Amino acid sequence: MKKRYLYLLLLPGVLFLTIFMIIPILMTIGTTFFHEGGGFSIQGYLDFFQDRYFIEILLTTLRVSLFTTIICILLGFPAAYYISKLKQRKKAIMLLLTIFPLLTSPVVRSFSWMVIIGKNGVVNKLLMGMGLIEKPLDILYTPTAIIIGLVHLFLPLIIVTLVGVMENIETDLLKAAESLGASRLAVFSKVIIPLSVPGLVIGSILVFVGSFTAYTTPALLGGKQRVISTFLYQNAITLNEWQVASIVATIMIAVTVLIISIMNGLAKKLNPKG
Amino acid sequence: MQEKNRGLALFTFLVFLFLLGPLLIISVTSFEGGNILKFPPEEFSFRWYENIFNVDMFLVAFKTSILVSLGGNLLALLLGVPAAYALSRFDFKGKSVINAFFVSPILIPGIVLGFAFLRYIVGTYQLPIYAALFVGHTVIMLPFIIRVISSSLSNFDFSIEEAAESLGASKLGTFFTVVLPNIKSGILAAVMIAFLESFNNVDISVYMTGPGVSTFPIQMLTYVENYFDPTISAISVLLMFITAFFMFIVERLMGLSYFTKR
Repeated sequence: MKKRYLYLLLLPGVLFLTIFMIIPILMTIGTTFFHEGGGFSIQGYLDFFQDRYFIEILLTTLRVSLFTTIICILLGFPAAYYISKLKQRKKAIMLLLTIFPLLTSPVVRSFSWMVIIGKNGVVNKLLMGMGLIEKPLDILYTPTAIIIGLVHLFLPLIIVTLVGVMENIETDLLKAAESLGASRLAVFSKVIIPLSVPGLVIGSILVFVGSFTAYTTPALLGGKQRVISTFLYQNAITLNEWQVASIVATIMIAVTVLIISIMNGLAKKLNPKG
Repeated sequence: MQEKNRGLALFTFLVFLFLLGPLLIISVTSFEGGNILKFPPEEFSFRWYENIFNVDMFLVAFKTSILVSLGGNLLALLLGVPAAYALSRFDFKGKSVINAFFVSPILIPGIVLGFAFLRYIVGTYQLPIYAALFVGHTVIMLPFIIRVISSSLSNFDFSIEEAAESLGASKLGTFFTVVLPNIKSGILAAVMIAFLESFNNVDISVYMTGPGVSTFPIQMLTYVENYFDPTISAISVLLMFITAFFMFIVERLMGLSYFTKR
């Protein structure tokens, strides 16, 4: 009796996702393992990893994602710590200011950087006005531009994640450490950082995977500089190379799954609460 | 001691300058009076706001986006509310698997999901672009609907439901008169979060453009590729107002905990 209800409630959603997501994804992955004749083959992948152009795109994407993640941690951790120590009302305001860009359209956010780091943008005008440079700097349409845009995109995410974790560190614990003679720096490095590790790991996964797969930001700020997502789109739409696009899609899924499982394992090991 | 806190405060201020400065700059450029987008603007005018309403493609795309986001939201609710209820109300074998299954659309890269949709929903299933857009947006909204409504249901005391049933109310009747009114605000918050997620989506929609069919963000991308004038700045300001309004409502409905919990 109860079971029948259960199935009835879950079935529509499960069926919908199976038909419209699971099957299309599995088919996309599946087709990459067959050659045109129909037999099983991994030739597509072998060709791929010998193609220098693709390897370069993959490495650039990984490098950009890594830099983005590191910068997000370096900027986000101290800011999150500061916010988590604020009084309730101020903390709520700061969180709203963090969440607002998170919810704002990525097109708007990337576009704002085009205005700032473009050839005639705010940064170049300022630097030239101060006489620091003679010719405008080429920042837009480089990997650096993509990193700036991605840090701007994902910094709020890591801040809210860390504030959520740091809030749960008991104040008594910090007071105990201090009353036992620990300096502020010691409290920070021996208590706060270790207890923040699970949040740091989750935040880093979100930022790294998000940067690795982001499309809008590299499409607007990268110019001719391809990353893996814009390469996928280009093959699917502009070049109509659906087999190549499917292989890239499968590689993206594989990397995403790999990173999430490695980091999950790491988070379990590092969690001081066990 | 005080000194160190001041340093941290300054650092945090600079981080927020980096986060919010660009949005402020783009807002200022929307009031440019000349033809070229620059900061600071030379004269003041509202002409670029007027221009939004003169560009037909923006109006059409705006309508498409609203229809897709609202329609997809409705379908996601019809599929998601029963599932969230089942997942919160009952304990059963494989519950965590089903839970993970419903959240999985978030884990698959959007740009990959969009490609798979194009290839199979538009290609193999032969759905028209408009319908595919609608289905694709339902897929990406479903996890948000289920997650937010589940967390709202986790605060609901199911013994009230049992009491109503023991007094003779039907299961369906109980759901509509007892459960639903109690999770009203959770549902509204879920709808707003899912709406923003769908309305701002680029990764799926970028594959699903056809003659006369395109969503608002995709139209913005197309416009930026061809013109560099303050129209996009003006649109950005309008979008930021909508975002702020939605954020305010969600905060009122369920607080900020939704955003800080991972």
